[in-house]
Amino acid sequence: MCVVGGGSIGSLYAAHIGTVSEALVLTRRQEHADALNREGLRVSGRHDFMARVTAAVDPGELPEPDLVIVATKSTELESAAAALEGHFPAATVMTVQNGLGAEAIVRARGSWPLISAVTFMSGTRHSDTHVEYILDTETWVGPYEETPYERVEEVAALLAASGLEVEALPDLLPAQWSKLIFNATVNGVAALTGLRHDAHFAAEAELWDLGRLVHGLIDEGKRVAAANGVELHDDPWEMNVLATQRGSAHSPSMLEDVEAGRPTEVELINGSLVRAAERSRVEAPLQNAVYRLVQARESSYR
Amino acid sequence: MKVCIVGCGAVGSLFAANLAQLDDVEVWAYDLAQEHVDAINRDGLRLSGAGDVVGRLRATSDAAELPACDFGIVATKAMHTEAAIAATAQAFADRGRVATVQNGIGNEEVLARHVERVIRGTTFPAGKVVEPGHVQWDVKGDTTLGPFEPSPAPMDEIQRLADACTRGGMPTHAVADARGPQWRKVIFNAATNPVGALTRLSHGRVCERPELRRVVSALVDEGKAVAAAQGIELDADPEELIDHAARPEVAYDHKASMLQDIEARRLTEIDYLNGGIVGFGGQHGVPTPLNAAIWALVKGLEASWTM
Repeated sequence: MCVVGGGSIGSLYAAHIGTVSEALVLTRRQEHADALNREGLRVSGRHDFMARVTAAVDPGELPEPDLVIVATKSTELESAAAALEGHFPAATVMTVQNGLGAEAIVRARGSWPLISAVTFMSGTRHSDTHVEYILDTETWVGPYEETPYERVEEVAALLAASGLEVEALPDLLPAQWSKLIFNATVNGVAALTGLRHDAHFAAEAELWDLGRLVHGLIDEGKRVAAANGVELHDDPWEMNVLATQRGSAHSPSMLEDVEAGRPTEVELINGSLVRAAERSRVEAPLQNAVYRLVQARESSYR
Repeated sequence: MKVCIVGCGAVGSLFAANLAQLDDVEVWAYDLAQEHVDAINRDGLRLSGAGDVVGRLRATSDAAELPACDFGIVATKAMHTEAAIAATAQAFADRGRVATVQNGIGNEEVLARHVERVIRGTTFPAGKVVEPGHVQWDVKGDTTLGPFEPSPAPMDEIQRLADACTRGGMPTHAVADARGPQWRKVIFNAATNPVGALTRLSHGRVCERPELRRVVSALVDEGKAVAAAQGIELDADPEELIDHAARPEVAYDHKASMLQDIEARRLTEIDYLNGGIVGFGGQHGVPTPLNAAIWALVKGLEASWTM
């Protein structure tokens, strides 16, 4: 198994799978690969262990894997997919990016069977070789195009054996859309307000309460999903309320990106949703406003 | 005549120092910033920039020192109106007329709870306090005054105040219905100020992003609908003001005051801009979902500093 991308999510997959199988990691930086080969990967938080991994920046230096998990941020997906082109012809490739459209970007670079995935787990990367496992929530996996469902179930079984929470679904679109609507809303609002995902996001008592906007954004997203024939796996408003009740407030990645002056995932998340609304002729003025505001916020530091 | 400027920040100082040039006007200023008050009493109130003026006037942070005044001009930030007028109302108890030249909508309603004769007002000049007793005058512009309909000041009295302002160097018109310019300004501010604050972009950079500019127009359209539902005729299209301000020689690089507020982590006037449009929209059955969204986002931003 090979993980592409050594961020927090990629590191969590690689380390866990490294406990049950040979784990390979494709990194962007040579120092990162060197450190992983030298020290292995440490997981703290929900789980606590060390795992051996084999890392490289060039896929040609790695043995042929059966499964490739592309776990880069969506902003780096294009270059990661390009690096895979021509390699690992026998592998199945799984994408776990936020938003919609990751599979198509990988498909443009090769004919591997693809598996769609969305993950709700989260971690904090403390160093190149240390990741803290924060939320041990599920990864959902499903077939993309003609990939046999048996292959999806094998991958789910591997992830489960490694100690991660996972669920295989014959059709992932309902789950992808639930998370898309949730992410576009929560990430966008957090990035613009500077608020972590806390109780403000569920408060609706006063006219100016943020929960009213969050609810309005989610309702627009649900109308877009319905117009696309998608029956949602989970209600994004319930996901929102539940997440705000979890004690320590999560810091959405788009907020962290904006605070660090990094490119955000706004295109594959909010952009995907707004473009889908336009294609299906559903009015989504609130989602559009959040999308345009975050794009503009990003342009302020670029 | 005696005029008291209530809230002697940048805009209040423009009125105070200019009115103080007139022999027939005695100017008082009420402000809570003691250093500013002391500097004004010691050295006078100095304006520089668009006009160079030193005004001799009496300033105080103690409302009990104010004499009975013929006119008040309230120029505090909108969220301080209630406290400021509650403190100073006794100075206007005897036939005093109180005008607001503040940002936003809803200020007249607050004044009317404390004084009998209220003057609706809108002003376009701007500046900033650079040090105690010294205000930089950035932009000259007109002021419009008119009766606040539920508790109006008489037109001849409004005219008297407008004439004094004009003679002092602040061109001011007295009109029967001052809502047009007020709503033009609030619609302009509500559509541009918070967008600058949320994106950190200058006015010109907001306007050169076509999709974002359309969001600005959608905010304007909601504001226009709320104005129309009240029978208010705007004196000009806020869109023209927005495009005009985006020109390089006008205000392309201008950072909205709300952006300056959020960078300094000061509370903004959002409740009286987008919040005001939402409130009046609700009273008149006009939906304002985008203004409500912007209101909630800026309130969220303010809340993030206290977390």
